[in-house]
Amino acid sequence: MSHISPVLWQFLVNWLKHFAIFPPEASTIAPYADALYFALVGMTIVGMLLVGTMVTFFAIRYRKSNHPQAIQMEGSTLLEATWTLIPLGIFLVFFVWGAILYFRIFNPPANSMQVYVVGKQWMWKAEHPGGQHEINALHIPVGIPVQVTLISQDVFHSFSIPAFRVKREAIPGRYTTVYFEATTPGKYHLFCTQYCGTDHSAMIGWIYAMRPDDYRKWAAGNTSGASLAQNGERLFAVMGCNACHAGNSQARGPNLYGLYNSRIRMTDGTTMIANDAYLREKILNPSLHVPAGYVPIMPTYQGQISEEGLIDLVEYIKSLDSNYRLTQMMNKSELNSAQPAPIGGANQGPGAAPLPGATKP
Amino acid sequence: MSSTIISLPDQTTARLPRKSYLNQEYGLKSWLLTGDHKRIAILYLISITFFFIIGGILAGLIRMELLTPAADLMATDTYNKVFSMHGIIMIFLFLVPSVPATIGNFLIPLMVGARDLAFPKINLLSWYLYVIGGIFILAAMVLGGVDTGWTFTTPLSTHYLNTHVVTAAMGIFIAGFASIFTGLNFIVTVHRMRCPGMTWFRLPLFVWGHYATSIIMILGTPVLAITLVLVAMERLFDIGVFDPTKGGDPLLFQHLFWFYSHPAVYIMILPGMAVISEVISTFSRKRVFGYTAVAFSSVAIAVFGFLVWEHHMFIMGVSQYSALVFSLLTMLVAVPSAIKIFNWAMTMYQGSITFETPMLYAFGFFGLFTIGGLTGVFLATMGMDIHLTETYFVVAHFHFVMVGGMLMAYLAGIHFWWPKMTGRMYPEAISKLAAVVTFIGFIVTFFPQFLLGYLGMPRRYAAYPADFQVLNVFSTAGASILGIGYLLPLFYLPWSLIYGKIAGDNPWQATGLEWQIQSPPLTENFVEIPIMDHEAYDYEWLANKTQHEVQTVG
Ligand code: HEC
Ligand code: HEM
Ligand SMILES: [Cu+2]
Ligand SMILES: [Cu+2]
Repeated sequence: MSHISPVLWQFLVNWLKHFAIFPPEASTIAPYADALYFALVGMTIVGMLLVGTMVTFFAIRYRKSNHPQAIQMEGSTLLEATWTLIPLGIFLVFFVWGAILYFRIFNPPANSMQVYVVGKQWMWKAEHPGGQHEINALHIPVGIPVQVTLISQDVFHSFSIPAFRVKREAIPGRYTTVYFEATTPGKYHLFCTQYCGTDHSAMIGWIYAMRPDDYRKWAAGNTSGASLAQNGERLFAVMGCNACHAGNSQARGPNLYGLYNSRIRMTDGTTMIANDAYLREKILNPSLHVPAGYVPIMPTYQGQISEEGLIDLVEYIKSLDSNYRLTQMMNKSELNSAQPAPIGGANQGPGAAPLPGATKP
Repeated sequence: MSSTIISLPDQTTARLPRKSYLNQEYGLKSWLLTGDHKRIAILYLISITFFFIIGGILAGLIRMELLTPAADLMATDTYNKVFSMHGIIMIFLFLVPSVPATIGNFLIPLMVGARDLAFPKINLLSWYLYVIGGIFILAAMVLGGVDTGWTFTTPLSTHYLNTHVVTAAMGIFIAGFASIFTGLNFIVTVHRMRCPGMTWFRLPLFVWGHYATSIIMILGTPVLAITLVLVAMERLFDIGVFDPTKGGDPLLFQHLFWFYSHPAVYIMILPGMAVISEVISTFSRKRVFGYTAVAFSSVAIAVFGFLVWEHHMFIMGVSQYSALVFSLLTMLVAVPSAIKIFNWAMTMYQGSITFETPMLYAFGFFGLFTIGGLTGVFLATMGMDIHLTETYFVVAHFHFVMVGGMLMAYLAGIHFWWPKMTGRMYPEAISKLAAVVTFIGFIVTFFPQFLLGYLGMPRRYAAYPADFQVLNVFSTAGASILGIGYLLPLFYLPWSLIYGKIAGDNPWQATGLEWQIQSPPLTENFVEIPIMDHEAYDYEWLANKTQHEVQTVG
């Protein structure tokens, strides 16, 4: 049969086998997104019915053979007000609803597990703090909020997981974040949705949502041996950062302990939060924002370090902050709580991913 | 008998007028150097049809590639070039000039009672710029293509592609000036050249729609021009405005581009809405319901359309609070469109409705634009947009508004004013068929794309996972029906130039000034500048006038 028309044949087989019309619902966000979607579909149907009935009814009732003479009339302010205010009201409801969902998707809970993803033409490189590196795949545990920090090393890409109803642009030179919490273990599509050149449509991969213990096993079996922070620590020495950031009183640069997420006063009087973006910017473009009390002598590392290297350094500086270390540890312990709890509440199960390196420089 | 309003002169005795703008002068030169807005409109009509055919063939190639999940018909690079050229040609060389430069050019002077546009030479220059722009874009295509997408996203377009980006950008830059000049001409004409008695609120809504469009053309297009120049400079001289390693900002491009391109979507719909107002009124024999509301909603769309561009960037790391503001403003801009829909529907109430081809296209517009507009609200809803943006849902949305809305309106307008432009009627039966085929083909092509979008199928993919195939096959099948719907007029309209029935001055018994003069009109439009002594869409005035003529003649 199949020689008659391969396309027709494929079509029939596909039709019978998997006729997808609705994506799987596999994250905590998905039901919220779908509820909003169906409400919007409802609005569209009502709107169509309304306009459709009006037009059809008038077309039949007032067709020329039935109603030979038109009756002229002026507009009506009351009617104008009605069909201005009612759609406006409905649209505003959706505005609020959509805004709530948006803020929910883009503002992760504080205890989220961190993952970094670097987009490049045409692949996704994912890095877990524990030192697991993957390409065009991302393994994550279900039931734990995961925050993905994205960046692109070339053009715009976009990180889309339809089954989770989330998507975020990966932009060159700037961190963006997205968060999700998977609910159902399984294998889901990962797409690049921002057109990025030749193999845009091949920049796809899989998200593997796993039960926490499976994830732990996977993490233990796939670690590169050094956590991101440990890599960062090594880089910190190799690139000579510790020459100025030794953390003692003679050092020419500020102490980086506890820096992450703290509020910093700048020479120009403004204050900034030392988030991931700030740390990255500091390494590439140190003279842009100078903390109060320092001379801008830090050299720029623009062009000398890859996005992955920057992530390692950022992760290292983050690990110097005890708060950050704690939340990540809590996460690991949540992971372990899926296991029979080890005696004494030790938070490192036998196969757990290594903790972010916290050794002193 | 009473199911039509077409009233043609007795075909056995009827003749085309002895003198008209078409036979005033002969020869290619008389066309290429003309200052007559009607001839320029015809030049535009021919050139945009040419580009529409090219864009349409490219669309066919896209749909063919997407018949199967693998990228097997063409290489991915080729596919990227095909959809880029399709978008660039359809948007900049077809949709933007479609109604304003052809129907608008032809009618604005007639409707305001003037002998020509304010600046006939600038009008001609506009057409030349359009053609030169078109040649640049064709050159880019023939020399090897462009694969930036119509959106020219940096830094992809500036540093990562070695195709003819600058050539294509220059083409759009030049064609942009054509659009600026058209807008300029319309604004000045509407302000300065209305005939005695033609107050602002006696203008046909067609003119209001074009006035609003012209505002956008004049204020928006220069920003596009600057953006494209920056892209070219970045490519050629590496100036770094969009390059983060040089202190530039890649998001700046997005802001600049959408600052034009969102308002530009209204350039691509307001003139269509303008056509619909005329058509609905004529075939319902009624004054447009809520004239002022419809007029002001056009202006509101034009003005507020400038304040919503960031809804194209909700997931691009813009400040969440600014996204909030832009989402709210987008919701507000959707309201004037709703107002228009309801006013048109109410225009039919207590009318005396007939179903000639332009009216069928207008019905098509109604259905498709309503869906298109409402799905715009999905995308304006921030949390929903995260899932839908950059997928086929967006593709379906904008095809519903641009193809389902604007192209339907354009075809409604072409059929409606065909007798005025050519003096002859198009064949009614086959054109009705074309309208219905187009509508069905459209639904089958683009409705499945909403489902694909919600499934998550990204746009601009040459290959896709196999589970998306069924819906894609539907879409391609629909596209072939749609193609037939568009091919039909390409045959019967030229046919009618010779074999069509003689239309007479006012085959639709419409009220506009353009219908009170001979078809095709004289070069100077009016023998004597008319005096407007009644409101727009005054069917009683028309009835009295016709009666009066019968009395004086008979
Ligand atoms: C020549 C000495 C020097 C070197 C080498 C150096 N820095 Fe700095 N760094 C400074 C000084 C001085 C400041 C404060 C003034 C400023 O911001 O320019 C600073 C500031 C910082 C800050 C911001 C601290 C705050 O409190 O806001 C970070 C983060 C940082 N450096 C990281 C690094 C990293 C990572 C490296 C290695 C890749 C590095 N530095 C190399 C001197 C140096
Ligand atoms: C009626 C109200 C409308 C609303 C609320 C609306 C809303 C939106 C939104 C929010 C987007 C961004 C989607 C995204 O990229 O995620 C969008 C995209 C788009 N809209 Fe609309 N829209 C409306 C009408 C129109 C009209 C009338 C047109 C054109 C005639 C149009 C053409 C487009 C185009 C071309 C795009 C996609 C651009 C691209 O990314 O290539 N829209 N619309
Ligand atoms: Cu991509
Ligand atoms: Cu827009």
